[in-house]
Amino acid sequence: MKRLPFSGWHFVLAPLALLFALPLVWLLVSSVMSNAEINRFPPALWPHGIKFDGYRYVLGNALFPRWFLNSFIVSAVAVTANLVLGSLGGYAFARIRFTGSKLVLGLMLATMVIPFQLTMIPTFLVMKQLGLIDTLGALIVPSLVTPLSVFLFRQFFVSLPRELEEAAWIDGCGRLRILVSIVLPLARPALSTVAVLTFLATWNDLTWPLIAINTDSTYTLQLGLTTFQGQHHTQWSAVMAGNVITVLPVLLGFLLAQKAFIRSLASTGLKG
Amino acid sequence: MASHGGVVGTFTVDPRSRAAKRRVRGESATGWAFVSPSVVIILGLSVVPVLWSLLFSFQVNDLVSPSQWVGLANYKALLKDPTFGSAVSHTLVYTALYVPLSVVAGLAIAIALDRTIALIGLYRTLVFVPFVVSAAAQGVLFSFVLDPEFGVANSLLHKVGLPAQGFFSDPGQALYLLVAISLWSGTGFCVIVYLAGLQGVSSELVEAARIDGAGRWGVLRHVTLPALTPVTVFLLLFQTINALQVFDLVFVTTKGGPLGSTTVIVYFIWEKAFKTFTAGYSAAAAYTLAIALLVIGVALQVYRRRVAAR
Repeated sequence: MKRLPFSGWHFVLAPLALLFALPLVWLLVSSVMSNAEINRFPPALWPHGIKFDGYRYVLGNALFPRWFLNSFIVSAVAVTANLVLGSLGGYAFARIRFTGSKLVLGLMLATMVIPFQLTMIPTFLVMKQLGLIDTLGALIVPSLVTPLSVFLFRQFFVSLPRELEEAAWIDGCGRLRILVSIVLPLARPALSTVAVLTFLATWNDLTWPLIAINTDSTYTLQLGLTTFQGQHHTQWSAVMAGNVITVLPVLLGFLLAQKAFIRSLASTGLKG
Repeated sequence: MASHGGVVGTFTVDPRSRAAKRRVRGESATGWAFVSPSVVIILGLSVVPVLWSLLFSFQVNDLVSPSQWVGLANYKALLKDPTFGSAVSHTLVYTALYVPLSVVAGLAIAIALDRTIALIGLYRTLVFVPFVVSAAAQGVLFSFVLDPEFGVANSLLHKVGLPAQGFFSDPGQALYLLVAISLWSGTGFCVIVYLAGLQGVSSELVEAARIDGAGRWGVLRHVTLPALTPVTVFLLLFQTINALQVFDLVFVTTKGGPLGSTTVIVYFIWEKAFKTFTAGYSAAAAYTLAIALLVIGVALQVYRRRVAAR
C-alpha cells in the first residue's frame, strides 16, 4: 500500500471516528467482563482478563440459539424470495409490454409511502385469518417481496442494453430463460443491493415481531433481546453478550462486503 | 456500463408472421405470471389493510368483540386527548432536532472525509458502522451505558467530578438522549449519501471557482452546496419520515416513560392497539400520522420541482 502524507485533518477525524466507535467498543468490552466488575460502583472501565461467563450463560440458555435460528430463517427466506420475486417482477415491468402493467406498477410504487403503522393492525388481522400469528410464517409472508425490491430491479433492467437479449429472443428463447441465463448474471449490483436492504430490514426489525409473535420459542433475536434485558437486569454481561451475538452477523457482513454495502445504500439514497 | 440503445418498447419482431403474433399474445400472460406473486403480496398487504384501517378509525373496536360504528368520534377524541397532544409534541421535538442535526453533521463529516489521506477508509467505516446496528441492540446497549447505577457514563462523570445523572429515569433528559442515540446511529447514513453526492460535484466547476478567486467557503456556498441540493432534499425527506416513525428505540429504552416524557406518536398507536385494545382509536391516530406524512411528502416534492425548475 502506498503511504499517504500525514495531514492535520487527523486531529479532527480521529477523535470523531473514535466517538462513533466507542459505544460499540464498550459493547464488546463489557460482554467479556465478569459481573463483579460490572456491578461495582463506579464500574470498571476495563476488564481484568477476558471472561466468557456472559457468552456461556447466553448460549447455555435453550432459547437464545433458537432465537438466532428464527432470525436466520426469516432473513434467509426473505432475502431469497425478494431476489426471486423482485427480479421476476422487475424484469416484466422493464421489458414485457402487457395490459395493465403501468397501472399496477404505479399502484405498487404508491404503496411505498404508506407508513407501516397504518397497516399493522389489519395486517395482524389478515395474518390471524391465515392462522399464521405466533408462527414464523407471520414474519415471513409480509417480507417475501417489497415494492422497493421490484422497483430497484426494474430500474436496473431498464438501463441494460436490449441488444444482449435480442439474439437469444430471435433464437426462440423464452423470457424466463433469458432472465436466468443472460440478464441475472449481469445484475450483480441489483442483486446485492436488494439482498443487503432486505437482510438489514428483516434481521433488524422489532416492531412487527413484537406484534405478531407471543411465544418465546418463536421470538427473533431482536425481540428476545428486549425481554432478556428485563429478566436479567443484574446479568449485564449476559445481556451484552446477547447483544454482541445479535449485532455480529450484520457487522461481519458489513465489514466483508463494505464496498457493495455502502454503494447499495448510497445509490438507493440518490435515486430516491 | 454500455450506453442505452435507442430502442423503445418490446423487441422488434416481424408483425406479419403468425408465430410472432402468438408470441405477443403469450407475452401478456408471461408478464402477468412474472408480476403476479409480487402484486398479490404487495397490494394485498397494503391496499386491503389501508382501507380496513380507515373503516377501523370510524369504529370502536377491541379486535375481539363486534365493532361499533362511531363516525368521527375517534378523531374528535384524539384532538382532546392530552396524551396524544404530548405524543405529537414529543415527536415534533425529536424530529426538529434529529433531522437538521443529522443532515448538517452528515454534510460536515462527509466534507471532512472527502480527501485521500492515510486511514481515511477506517474513519469512514467507523462513522458508518453504527447505522447497521438495529434499534433494539442500540437501545439495549445504551440502557446499559446510561444505567444510573451500573452505567459507564455515570462512572466517567464521577471520575471527572461531575454529579451522577438520572438519564432515562429523568423526564427532562430522556427525549434528548433518544435524539443523541439516533444521531449516533443515523448520521452515518447522511455521511455516506453525501460522500456519494460529492463524487458527482464537477471538479471543473470547483477549479473555475478557485481561479475566479473563491476561497474554501466560497466554493462550498456557490458550487458544492447547490450541486448537492437534490441529495439534501432526499435526506431531509428520508430522515423526517424515519423520525416521525421512531418506535423501536423508544420501546427498548423507555417504553414511553418516565412520566410519558418519551411517548411518541407511533408508541401511542402501538399502545392503543395492542396494550389497551382500543384498535379503532389507534387506527385514527395512525391515519392522522399518515396524513401528516403525506402532506410533508407532497410539500417536499413541490419544493423539489420548484428548485429543479429554477
